Amino acid sequence: MTKEAVENGSDDMLIDGVEPEQMQRNLVPEGFNPNYLKVYYGKLFPYAEIFKWMSYGNDGKHPACDLSYFGRREFSFTLENDIYLRFQSFNSAVQMENSIKEKCPFKIDIGPVYSVDPAKRHAYAQGGDSVFTPVERELVFDIDMTDYDDVRYCCSGADVCLDCWPLMTIAIKVIDTALRDDFGFSHILWVYSGRRGVHCWVCDGRARRLTNEQRAAIPDYFRVYKGNENSHRKVSLGGFPVLHPSLARAYTEVLQTFFEHKLLCGQNLFATEERFEKILEMIPDASIAAELRGKWQENRRSSISKEDVNVVRWEQLKHLLQSGKQKILGLRRCVEEIVFTYTYPRLDMEVSKHMNHLLKAPFCVHPKTGRVCVPIDPDHCEEFDPTTVPTLSTLLEELNMGSLGGDLENDNVIIPEGMGE
Amino acid sequence: MEIVRSQKISASDVIPILPLYRSAPVLEVRLEDFELFAIDRLRVLNGIDDGLSRGKKPEEMEKLVTDLWKANMRHHNASQVINKDIISHFVLRLVYCRTEDLRKWFLSMETALFRYRFRIESAEAQKAVMGEFNLPYKAVSNSELEVSTFYVAITLLSPKIGKCILALEIKVPFEEVPDLVAGRRVYIHKGYAYVAMSQVVSLVVTQFRSHLSKALVLTNRKWTSTIREHEKDRLTPIVQALSTRYVGPDYSQPTTEITIRDIDKVASSSFPLCMRHLFEKLREDFHLKHGGRMQLGLFLKGVGLNLDDALTFWKAEFSQKVGAERFDKEYAYGIRHSYGKEGKRTDYTPFSCQKIISSTPGVGDHHGCPYRHFSEENLGAVLGKMGVGGHIVKDVMDKVRNRHYQLACTLTFEAVHGCSCDTGINHPNQYFSDSQKILQPKVYIEFTFSNAMLFTPTERAKRLYNG
Ligand SMILES: [Zn+2]
Repeated sequence: MTKEAVENGSDDMLIDGVEPEQMQRNLVPEGFNPNYLKVYYGKLFPYAEIFKWMSYGNDGKHPACDLSYFGRREFSFTLENDIYLRFQSFNSAVQMENSIKEKCPFKIDIGPVYSVDPAKRHAYAQGGDSVFTPVERELVFDIDMTDYDDVRYCCSGADVCLDCWPLMTIAIKVIDTALRDDFGFSHILWVYSGRRGVHCWVCDGRARRLTNEQRAAIPDYFRVYKGNENSHRKVSLGGFPVLHPSLARAYTEVLQTFFEHKLLCGQNLFATEERFEKILEMIPDASIAAELRGKWQENRRSSISKEDVNVVRWEQLKHLLQSGKQKILGLRRCVEEIVFTYTYPRLDMEVSKHMNHLLKAPFCVHPKTGRVCVPIDPDHCEEFDPTTVPTLSTLLEELNMGSLGGDLENDNVIIPEGMGE
Repeated sequence: MEIVRSQKISASDVIPILPLYRSAPVLEVRLEDFELFAIDRLRVLNGIDDGLSRGKKPEEMEKLVTDLWKANMRHHNASQVINKDIISHFVLRLVYCRTEDLRKWFLSMETALFRYRFRIESAEAQKAVMGEFNLPYKAVSNSELEVSTFYVAITLLSPKIGKCILALEIKVPFEEVPDLVAGRRVYIHKGYAYVAMSQVVSLVVTQFRSHLSKALVLTNRKWTSTIREHEKDRLTPIVQALSTRYVGPDYSQPTTEITIRDIDKVASSSFPLCMRHLFEKLREDFHLKHGGRMQLGLFLKGVGLNLDDALTFWKAEFSQKVGAERFDKEYAYGIRHSYGKEGKRTDYTPFSCQKIISSTPGVGDHHGCPYRHFSEENLGAVLGKMGVGGHIVKDVMDKVRNRHYQLACTLTFEAVHGCSCDTGINHPNQYFSDSQKILQPKVYIEFTFSNAMLFTPTERAKRLYNG
């Protein structure tokens, strides 16, 4: 990545001396290069806001605040040549700003707040009462589109498009609601990861102080995927006669609608034999699966129907499985299982389970795409379009046009309220 | 649950305290008590083991544990009840810390005991226990439950609760029940997990189990590093003797007497299958190999056949095959030996079921446990000879297939005697005496538990051991 980035930047753009005819479009070439990044860190990166957020009120304005708090937070930098600097810590916004400007990290990660200043951890390692251990950490989630590769047919790997992005929208809606309604959290920040996923920071004091064991319970609470690629039924919704209230809410409020209105046709889930076979495999009753297979193979030959083939087939499947004849719980539950399989959030469990897992800071710039890791408003997350997220070059264009005076209060860049305590 | 609790209050000798055994007591205890308390508790644990392996339902287990506890863990001095509970637990910890198998058994039995004792405790006492484990207790108020979403959600999650008293629901911060959260086994709303009482029990029991499991490993370390050597003249022999799991009544001192004239009659009415089989083989072949002679001989001794009669009995059979002279020369010694009249003069005790089941009879041997060592066909045939048939045989075979040989024997006992045997069969001599008790209620003399156990004079054992 570094090499590529350097090459991109070899034609050293003159930020100030732009030709007037280039003003209309593509003034600054798309992509990422260290020089753009320097400008970004120099003029746009929201140091004060990050400091204010990460201080949680311990920034010298309250009488009972802990002035050592921010300084015990680990930052880590990935530099241009893949040099990795861990355990960076700063005592003030200015210190942080100077260090970032000087080192110009391609990536900034945020770790936990430790018992002592992480920069001085070695001094404490030689005994004494203070042990170097994480004491606070936001509850974080990392959702990455690559984990959905078996349920999206539009793109794969690192690519995302507007046909598969709804999977991320679903994840934000489902998890955000559960975090608020079930767990009672309210200080929640959603951030675009810069490429193909989203990050979530739960910042309530209660969330920050969860032990690893308590913390691990929450991603597990959200997990419905059991087994591996060899077992056809990947989703396990639990053996209760009804869905857990949290899953039921996700299903009726989000999953069902998104499945039927976005993904079913957007991903052409039933369009080919290979695709519908994957769904038929999830039906525990072989005779029902055979009946549907028969219909669909025939139906392909005589394609007279004007309706979308995906919709037709999904309706047929639902009709057979949910008809009054099916007394067996497993069969009725099967429709839900299919929907869950194709829609329910898939978390990177490890990121959430441990206090000392690092996560990329908001407002970083993704070194491959040049896109800024901007916050996403969960209440309007349907409107978020990853393809129009500001990039380094668009920001620099605007900067050159003088329309950005370090003011970040535009539509795409919102710092959520209530991040402090 | 309500009924059990009210019984509890009326039983004035039971102090409603449920110790968690988190630290070893600093108590003075007489050496006799050290052992006696442990034996009493072991009876409770064995009873639980039996109940569990019979697949008793939770409600039945609750009653069984209550009964076992009442029968064995009383103390004439009410203030000593709790001490007896604690001391016996810690003595058995020493006894059962020493191998993986012993630890496993003790851990499951103590956990089960704790589970059912906790279940029948009053809400107050349960609350106290939860406090000890740092589980904050906040009952869900009825008004809160009537908010339909809560009620519906909880009822949906655990349908049984409809039948339960809603006040028993508690809500705890979700952080307190990570396991239940992780498994989506609770309804969570605004940071609180709504936990059903049945889940509270498992929560508390899980805590208890993990504490005890760790403690047993530590105790074992202490045992091997110091206690065993330090106490080698006093506690060590007791501890080692206690771990042979059979601690039922001592059948080495018969309380009844039988004579040769009675043998045939009692053999057909009151011998368990293993002994009946040996007895018949002896009559058929006029011979039994060593294992068979030991198993049957000691059983007969326990039943009350005195040495002279035993010699006459064995000689009458053996001499038909090997001649009287050879019997006197080769076999009489063995019989006197088993009565403690030869050699080291050890008075051998009759074999328990455990010992018989774990024996390994070879070709030509007839000892062992028929339920374990016979083929299904042979077992069916001998049961038929005892008059056991139909669905009972099927039930017996089920137990056998699940390796519950003593339960199979218990079922046979119940079928033959037409009444239930709640304690289960743990010893052939118990089978015999229980049978006699039913058949001749007047003659039966209540067993008293062994006085013969090796007590040294009332030396005081100070501070048994330090956790
Ligand atoms: Zn796509």
